Amino acid sequence: MTGVDVTVKNPQRFSFKFRKKLSMILSYSLLIVVALFFLFPIVFMFVSSIKNNETQIIRDMSSISAFIPYGDLGLKNYFDVFRQMPFARFMFNSVFIVGSTVLTGLVLNSMIAYALARLRFKGRGFILSFIIALIIIPTEVVVIPLLLMVNRIGWLDSYQVQIVPFIVDAFSIFLFYQFFVGLPKSLDEAAKIDGANPFQVYWKIIVPLSKPVFATVAILQFLFRWGDFLWPLMVTRGYEYRPLPVAIQQFFSQDPKVWGDIFAFASMVTIPSLIIFLLFQKWFIHSVASSGIKG
Amino acid sequence: MISESSISNIKLHKKNGSSLRKRETFAAWSFCALPLFFLFLFLVTPFIIAFVVSFTDQRLIPNPNLPTQFIALRNFLRLFSNPNFHQALLNTFIFAVIVVPLQTFLALLLAVLVNQKLRFINLFRTIYFSPVVTTMVVVSIIWYFLYNPGEGLINQMISFISFGKLGPYNWLNDTALALPAIMILSVWQGVGFQMVIYLAGLQGIPDELYEAGRVDGANAWQQFWQITIPQLRNTTIFVIISTTILAFKLFTQVWVMTKGGPQGATKTIIVLLYEEGFKMLRVGYASAIGVLFFLIVLAVSLIQRVYLKEERAVI
Repeated sequence: MTGVDVTVKNPQRFSFKFRKKLSMILSYSLLIVVALFFLFPIVFMFVSSIKNNETQIIRDMSSISAFIPYGDLGLKNYFDVFRQMPFARFMFNSVFIVGSTVLTGLVLNSMIAYALARLRFKGRGFILSFIIALIIIPTEVVVIPLLLMVNRIGWLDSYQVQIVPFIVDAFSIFLFYQFFVGLPKSLDEAAKIDGANPFQVYWKIIVPLSKPVFATVAILQFLFRWGDFLWPLMVTRGYEYRPLPVAIQQFFSQDPKVWGDIFAFASMVTIPSLIIFLLFQKWFIHSVASSGIKG
Repeated sequence: MISESSISNIKLHKKNGSSLRKRETFAAWSFCALPLFFLFLFLVTPFIIAFVVSFTDQRLIPNPNLPTQFIALRNFLRLFSNPNFHQALLNTFIFAVIVVPLQTFLALLLAVLVNQKLRFINLFRTIYFSPVVTTMVVVSIIWYFLYNPGEGLINQMISFISFGKLGPYNWLNDTALALPAIMILSVWQGVGFQMVIYLAGLQGIPDELYEAGRVDGANAWQQFWQITIPQLRNTTIFVIISTTILAFKLFTQVWVMTKGGPQGATKTIIVLLYEEGFKMLRVGYASAIGVLFFLIVLAVSLIQRVYLKEERAVI
C-alpha cells in the first residue's frame, strides 16, 4: 500500500484499513490489560522490597501507590535479610542441589535413553515400557517411604538426600528417547562401520546432534527442582542444607512479619530464576512446548 | 534391520559380526545399569514399601517396646471413617474440578491472544509466562499479602469495582473463600505453562486448513470452532490430564498460606499425608494415604484417557 490510499478513492478500502487499525488497537489493549494482571504481583514485590519504611509499605498496600517507588527508597531491607539469615548459604544450597541434580541427570538419563533408542539388545522393549509405566507414579506417593529409607541410612539433613534420589527421572528418559529415536539410523551405522564403539557413537554423534532435547530436559528439570518444596521441607532441619523455598517459607512464617524484609528475600529468590528465564527465554518456551506435543 | 546388519557383516569379518552384537548388548547394559539401579532404589522400592507399610502400624522412629505389626486394612478403614480425610478428598476434588477447566480454557484464550502476528508479541508471551518461573513459595507469599483481610489490594480492587458494595473479605480466614483464593493464585501461576503448550499446538495447524475454510466462506468464529478446536484435540487431552494430576498434588500454596485451615477448609490429600507422615510420624497411616492417592491419580488418568479416546502413548 502506498501513500495514494490517503485520498480515499475507495470507501470500502478505507473502512477495511480502519477496521484493521481498530482491531489492532483492541488487540494491544487486551494484551496490555492481561499483561498487567500477570505483572502486578511481581512488580508489587520488587517495589515494596526497596521501600525502607515498613509503615509506608503497609500504608501503600491498599492503593496504586503499592506499585510506585517513592518515599524513602534503598536496599535497607536487603541488608536486613543478610544480617538475619545466611542468605548466601541458602542460595548456594539451591544452586548446588539443582545444578548437580540436573547435570548428572542429563548424563544418566540420556545414556539409558540412547541405549533404548539406538542399540539392539534383549530386554530393550521390556525396559522401555517399564520406564514409561513409572512416569505415572507421583513423587508424593513415594516421599514417606523414601523418608523412612533415608532416615535409616542417616541421610537426613544432607546434600545427597536432596540430589541423588532425583537424578534419574523417567519422564526425562522418555523425552530423550523420543528425540533419539527420530534421528536417522544411518548416522550411527556409518560410525559403526568406521569402528566406533557405542559410547563413541553416543558421545561424538548423538550428543552433538541433540542439543535441543538436552536444553529441554535441563530447563524442565530446573523448573521442577528449583521450586521443589515438600521433600526439602521433610529432610532439612537446620540452615546448613536448606534450599531457598524452605528458607523463605520459614522466614515468612516467623512472627512478627516484617514485610519489607520478606519482600527483599522474595525478590532475591526470584531475580536469579527470572534472569535465567529472560536469557534463555526462547529455549524455555520451546522446552515447555515440546513437553506437550508429539508422543 | 536385515539390510543394516548385512551391510556391517559384509564390511566386517564374519566372526566379528557376532562379537559386535555381544559388544552392543554389553554396551547397552552398561548404559542402562546405573539409571535402572537408581530407579529401582529411589522409585520402585519406596513405591513397593508404600504398599507394604500401608498394611502395618509402622512409625518413623520405631518404639522398641511396640514392634511394628501387620494390621491388615485397619489404616484404610480408619481413613475411610476419618472426617479429615473426607474433607481433604472433597477439597482436592473441588479444587481440580474448578481449576482444571478454568486453567485449560484460559490457557487456550491466552494462546490465541499471543498467536497474533503483532509487534512485541514475544514480550507479551514472556510476561504471561513469567509467573511460571517464579517459585510457588514466593508466589504464595506475595498473594498472602494481596489477600490481606483489611486493607489488602484485592479487597480494595473489589470494593473499587463494586463502588464499595462488596467486601472487605477475610479471604484466607474465611472457610468459604480460602480455597477459591488459593485457586486464583494457582491459575495465575500455572496458566502460562499450558498457554505455551497450546501455542505450539496452534502453530502446528497447517495454514491450508484455514485457507480452505475461508474459501468455503467460514468466518473467524466458525474457523475457530470447526478447525482450531478439533485440530487441538491431542493438545487439549495432554493439557487436561497433566493439569489434573498437578491439581491433585496441591500442597505448596496451601502449606505456605493456610496450613490447611481455617477449620480444614483448604486441607488437601497431600497436606494430610504430610501431617500424618511427617508431623505425627505415622508412616503406615500416611502410606495408606499415599496408596489411595496413587489409585486416584491412576483412575483419573485412565478414565480421562478412555473418555477422551486418547491416541497418545504416554501420560
